[in-house]
Amino acid sequence: MTSVIVSSPYVSQSQSLRRLMINVIIGLIPGTLAYVWFFGPGILINILIAVLFALGFEAFILWLRKKPIKPHLNDYSAVVTGWLFALCLPTHSVWWLIVVGIAFAIIAGKHLYGGLGFNPFNPAMVGYVVLLISFPREMTSWHLPIPMSGNAYGFIDSLKFALGMGNSSWDALSAATPLDHVKTALRQDIPISEIYQAPLFGKLGGIGWEWISAGWLIGGLWMLMNKTIRWHIPVALLGSLGSIALIFYLIDGETATSPLFHWLSGGAMLGAFFIATDPVSAATTNTGRICYGVLIGLLIYVIRNWGGYPDGVAFAVLLANMCVPLIDYYTRPKVYGTQ
Amino acid sequence: MNIKLSRFNGGIHLDDHKAESLTRPLQIASLPEQLILPLKQHIGESNKPLINVGDRVLRGQLIAGSSSPISAPVHAPTSGIVSAIGPHLVPHASGQSADCIIIDVDFKDESIEFESIDSSQMQAAAMIDHIRRLGIVGLGGASFPTSPKLSRGIDLGIHTLIINGVECEPYITCDDSLMQNQTDEIVRGIGYLQRMLTPTKTLIGIEDNKPKAIKAITLALQAHTELTNTAVVSIPTLYPSGGEKQLIQILTGNEIPTGRLAFDIGIFCQNVGTCVAITQALELNHPLMSRTVTVSGDGIHQPGNWIVRLGTPIKHLIKLAGGYVEDSLNTANNAQQHLVMGGPMMGFSLSSDSVPIVKASNNILVMQQQLIAQKTGPHDECVRCGKCAEVCPAQLLPQQLYWHSRSKEYDKVAEYNLFDCIECGCCSAVCPSEIPLVQYYRASKGEIRAAQQATFKSDRARIRFEFREKRLLLKKQQEEEKRRLKRETLLKKSAAKKTDSQALDPVQAALARIKAKKGEQLSPPKNITSLTPDQQQQINEADARRRAAREQKA
Repeated sequence: MTSVIVSSPYVSQSQSLRRLMINVIIGLIPGTLAYVWFFGPGILINILIAVLFALGFEAFILWLRKKPIKPHLNDYSAVVTGWLFALCLPTHSVWWLIVVGIAFAIIAGKHLYGGLGFNPFNPAMVGYVVLLISFPREMTSWHLPIPMSGNAYGFIDSLKFALGMGNSSWDALSAATPLDHVKTALRQDIPISEIYQAPLFGKLGGIGWEWISAGWLIGGLWMLMNKTIRWHIPVALLGSLGSIALIFYLIDGETATSPLFHWLSGGAMLGAFFIATDPVSAATTNTGRICYGVLIGLLIYVIRNWGGYPDGVAFAVLLANMCVPLIDYYTRPKVYGTQ
Repeated sequence: MNIKLSRFNGGIHLDDHKAESLTRPLQIASLPEQLILPLKQHIGESNKPLINVGDRVLRGQLIAGSSSPISAPVHAPTSGIVSAIGPHLVPHASGQSADCIIIDVDFKDESIEFESIDSSQMQAAAMIDHIRRLGIVGLGGASFPTSPKLSRGIDLGIHTLIINGVECEPYITCDDSLMQNQTDEIVRGIGYLQRMLTPTKTLIGIEDNKPKAIKAITLALQAHTELTNTAVVSIPTLYPSGGEKQLIQILTGNEIPTGRLAFDIGIFCQNVGTCVAITQALELNHPLMSRTVTVSGDGIHQPGNWIVRLGTPIKHLIKLAGGYVEDSLNTANNAQQHLVMGGPMMGFSLSSDSVPIVKASNNILVMQQQLIAQKTGPHDECVRCGKCAEVCPAQLLPQQLYWHSRSKEYDKVAEYNLFDCIECGCCSAVCPSEIPLVQYYRASKGEIRAAQQATFKSDRARIRFEFREKRLLLKKQQEEEKRRLKRETLLKKSAAKKTDSQALDPVQAALARIKAKKGEQLSPPKNITSLTPDQQQQINEADARRRAAREQKA
């Protein structure tokens, strides 16, 4: 008799790549639900458009590259990219904005480098940053959370907005995000205690935002528990962001916001658990991941406080992506039997 | 003895599947019709056959040997007629053939007269010589000849003797059943090793999923008070604790430096099976003729352990184990299962069940083809998740090794310490993209070795060429030197001649010669001595005319 020759090992006990991606999607659900609660169903429309076009562009490029389409769509990596990208956009965004961004993310950010596993930059962040630089007005027009606006942002209205049939009555509901508000106010030398009196702020961060961030935290902890992600990057990122925030907060609590505010505002939680932990573009050694997380945390603080943009997660992640080869090279673990 | 256990990096917990083959007691396998004995069943030099086709051989008879120190002779495991000596499929990862002695078994099982032996007073050197002559190799799987290892250990000095009863790979239970059934022989074997190596302490490492074996060995140790400073150490079950480097790390906390061996740091490791073989050699004068083999896996009806004569074809063992289980892929042909020699983590596929059991065969794993089929499909790309690095016992970065292996950057691969990879398979087992990482590393190691060979050859050719150039140049220089010397001697000779005729100054002589010539021309012509007056008259007239003409000219 004869049998097939296969190289050992013959046992496998891995979580498949697909399973890991599905875990990430499950992890995104609590935060997304909180998002819908505070900002209406518009975010779901964003996610839907982004995911559908992500899959479409992925399939198209795979076809162009003569790669098998179905197995690659089945790994759900494009779904994760689309979802994360949509979460970065203003709650109500017009469809073409989303399509341009996700096209850039999937085509330039991912496939021009060789597809999944070969992209040096986080594709979702590439798409987001391209939009932020190219369409600053569209990318900074956020609407007030439901508890403040009194508008429930109905599904039909949100859909109309996404399709470009904008609702002019919503213009009045536009407002700066809490991070933006703090930044502008601080430049006008308004003390923090006074800034916090603004209706935009809740107990720990901005109204709504603090709960959305808590949602990302819950999803992130769940992913840590089932080993979808490892602790190094989130802990290092939040640790360094919190530490530097604490230092400035302790020096002068009237000109610097608290670590808690930094953790619960903007994209810090989402970035720590879902974006910086993208393994392809992150450092790959454990020590390297700590360095990588610390670097992102510091960059977020620097950009938020002294940079030109209200939030800095996307830029911080992309800048840290560039440092990954260097970090990996200098953080190689000591091999067994070597000095 | 109080042993503080250390931990090695990574490792994985596997379903051990050990209960299946332990449900039945250790049995002695029946004789097959034919034994196939590869001439080389060890690491080192190959043997030469010492018998001829047609010879009748007896159990225990030496049938193949070599004069090389790193080798182990082969003995006939039973009586029979040598029917052929030539190539036959052997258990090897490459699926290749090698020279074998084939014995048609006569089922009389007659043996040679084993000389009685008294090892109680033997010196270490004599014991080692005995072990060498009786063909004993390490039975843990690597099958390195035991005698040169012992000699080297004695030369270097051993402080810790480690007996490996870990057996960390799933399915395999041959050492476990040996420890339960041949406990006393193992302990006596340890005694002989202690006499040869004189270690200060001896540690017997057994994974804690083998409580019966631990208990049996512990009891036997109590009966053998001559064994000093010897302890059974129950170690946590974690693959690959049974790897030599890992076991040493667990028991002593020491790492073997890269490129060195255990005895370089005073540690000597030996498998429990080898201890039994040593006991049988030193007490009964029996050569290595059989070994314990596990047959297990979901593709076989009755898994179990057998004491098997070396050379027994695997299909004979399959028959003893109740035959192949039918699965969806092989209902058409009732003999299509995936055969593996060794464990599921580090073993290798066998191309056929006609290959024999050899000294290294600890386990025959029969797996259903349909499970294997899944492993051969295309794999996803590496996403650098780093799960492989977390489980790597050598603390390598398998994801980086894979990246550079794939792009054939072998200098980088070496920089990431590829050659410290022990091919345990943990990285492949946990990879979410199901990348056959170890396969890539084996291929890269092969490529690098081939490149080193090629460099070695080209270097040798270059050195030869340069030497030839040098030689030709030297020859030319020598010839020129010779010519120069010759010219010099010639010049010297001519110079010597000149000094002989130094009295005649050459210039003077030349001048004298010219003078003489001129003198000759000035003297009157000889034809004017006897002139007639008329002739004299004519000459005078002619002279007068010449004079007149000269005067006129002037």
